[in-house]
Amino acid sequence: GKLGSLPGKRSTLDGAVTMEALTSYDDASSYNNFYEFGTDKSDPASYAKTLKPRPWTVAVEGLVNKPTTFDLDALLKLSPMEERVYRLRCVEGWSMVIPWVGYSLSELIKQVQPQGSAKFVEFVTLADPKQMPGLRSSVLGWPYVEGLRLDEAMHPLTLLAFGMYGEVLPNQNGAPLRLVVPWKYGFKSGKSLVKIRFTDKEPRTAWNVAAPQEYGFYSNVNPEVSHPRWSQATERRIGEGSGLFAKRRQTLMFNGYAPQVGQLYAGMDLRKLY
Amino acid sequence: MDGTVPRRASRVNGWLGHRSAKPIAFVLACLPFAWLVFAAFTDRLGANPAEALIRSLGEWTLRFLVLVLAITPLRTTLGWPALLRLRRMVGLFVFFYACIHLLAYAAFDMEFDLAAVAADVIKRPFILVGFLAWLLLLPLAATSFNRAIRALGARRWQWLHRLVYMIAVLAVLHFFWMRSGKNNFAEVGVYAAILGSLLAWRLWRRLRA
Repeated sequence: GKLGSLPGKRSTLDGAVTMEALTSYDDASSYNNFYEFGTDKSDPASYAKTLKPRPWTVAVEGLVNKPTTFDLDALLKLSPMEERVYRLRCVEGWSMVIPWVGYSLSELIKQVQPQGSAKFVEFVTLADPKQMPGLRSSVLGWPYVEGLRLDEAMHPLTLLAFGMYGEVLPNQNGAPLRLVVPWKYGFKSGKSLVKIRFTDKEPRTAWNVAAPQEYGFYSNVNPEVSHPRWSQATERRIGEGSGLFAKRRQTLMFNGYAPQVGQLYAGMDLRKLY
Repeated sequence: MDGTVPRRASRVNGWLGHRSAKPIAFVLACLPFAWLVFAAFTDRLGANPAEALIRSLGEWTLRFLVLVLAITPLRTTLGWPALLRLRRMVGLFVFFYACIHLLAYAAFDMEFDLAAVAADVIKRPFILVGFLAWLLLLPLAATSFNRAIRALGARRWQWLHRLVYMIAVLAVLHFFWMRSGKNNFAEVGVYAAILGSLLAWRLWRRLRA
């Protein structure tokens, strides 16, 4: 790419750097789901130029002792930038390997001091029709809302990302900041965040509201629980074997992050809580 | 209108009746396939070429289905009887694109694991509906040549080939279900509206007669 440079120190966190071959920057920045710019996967790269990632603020509010509206520059300095190479598994059955730049979301959460009653965190994406032509369609309810349980949000692998491939995020990948939750399907990782809210109730997430029988609140990557319209047992790694004739890969439980995050779901029936 | 075919219509009929009309239509109908093969081998299908290929082939099947069902309404209302000469070929192109759509799905999504294809057909209603539409195309393709028409008799042949209406309904349902996950029905609506009005025109004419 040719955006502003944003270096990060290679993360030493367990599981944070996979050694798998990286997806090309071109593929990672041209094949995107970001419905605020259209539902076709080439739409975000075509139409996200209208997004203005600066100036930008993020309101962190709800059940916290120190509700704060952060300026983007303050967030960029809040904690040292790390490079993390995560697998990204889309619910549609394809995957990529992307070097993100950012820091654990927990660093931000500690600053605002959640109250004891806070059980969930809600992530709200920008919804400005002037910058986002896709809002004209009623594919989803806007703004796009995602959510995590507080312990999931506090997990060190949950990344607040500002860049990828050593540069600031391209607009189509969720500039200026987004979430990356590598053990969940990609849609759980909200892009272009403007609000982070702590609540005591499970957030009403966008896809869960649109199609509750297809998309649950948890949406952990799970090869054993099929999507109603397709199997999740395998995935197509984008760019592998020049694309057309590559063998599909076996999808791994929690996208291969089971050793790090499995204990978060101990005792839960993941078929029911999909 | 009979007997007083307007000047323009007669010119169109002249073109359609021309010796080269069929070969030209054949080449035109092959172009989408040729482009997709070229694009696949020159890496022009984007980050997920398999998906792009399967989906384009499905859309081209639908487009040819629209074309073949438009032939009777067009030749009747516009006075282009010569259009009938192209109907069989367009119908066979529906079958051709449906076959390579299915083949591409079996190859790139299922890696030719026939057990997996069978399980998928049973499990996923949208695949089942698409597969049924393809199955119903088989008897139509198999009886598309003159000898089959003579053997069946025109009446029975015509009755059999009315299956195409059911194929159209199944094809739109297949597309609708495929898109329902994204709640993205704009294009589905366009195809449903066109195919719906082509079927409604036939119903209207029958009721009027």
